[in-house]
Amino acid sequence: MEAFSIVVQQADASDQQNIEAAAGAGLAYGLAAIGPGIGIGYLVGKSVEAMARQPEAAGMVRTTMFLGIAFTEALALIGFVVFILLKFA
Amino acid sequence: MSEAAQQSTASPLTTRFDGPAPEWSIGRDMVRRGLLAGPIIVALCAVIWGGDGLWSSLYGVAIVLVNFALSAALIAVGARISLAVMMGAVLFGYLIRLGLIFAAVWFVQDESWISFPALGATIIVTHLGLLAWELRHVSLSLAFPGLKPEDPSATVSPTAAPPSDNN
Repeated sequence: MEAFSIVVQQADASDQQNIEAAAGAGLAYGLAAIGPGIGIGYLVGKSVEAMARQPEAAGMVRTTMFLGIAFTEALALIGFVVFILLKFA
Repeated sequence: MSEAAQQSTASPLTTRFDGPAPEWSIGRDMVRRGLLAGPIIVALCAVIWGGDGLWSSLYGVAIVLVNFALSAALIAVGARISLAVMMGAVLFGYLIRLGLIFAAVWFVQDESWISFPALGATIIVTHLGLLAWELRHVSLSLAFPGLKPEDPSATVSPTAAPPSDNN
């Protein structure tokens, strides 16, 4: 009976660790995705405004906008990599 | 804003761009450069993490290149419809692409060949490296436009509906 309770305690501790790791990983990924989401929204909003005001400059605006989006997205990807390292590795 | 200024600003809801999309050319450039630089990153990962690192790194390079291509396609298609659709495509596309990357990693999580440190390092290094490379090229062609080869078909032609009377 005593051995059984030790096994149960060990299993509970292991489950608790898994839950905490999953929660931490999910929190890291979620927090890392918020900032780039705001950044991309702001960036694209301003770009649309610029293109609507000055359509002849749209090519240049779209080029810099695309690169800006990709750079902002890199932050989310870094968060994602932290997530996969915490969750799967 | 004065009435004259309001009338000179095209509406984002009706303005669209029918010309060739600059995102396509940037995306194509990045994929081409990714195919050039990819083997170096893959070889480095193979040296550090062995055979698992090689396959994981290949998978990571593929994820990054598909992500760039999808991003460019979404913006280009959205801009052909209207600026408002383009903005929606960028924002929802961001969520969709994050979901797709997550799904791509989720599907291979139990495979024997996966090495997560190699995959993560490849995703970050390839993404930032290709961006920095493309940014250098774009900033040089913007700073010295005279050196850029002229492409007569590369003019963006905005098509805007006239502002409605009820605005």
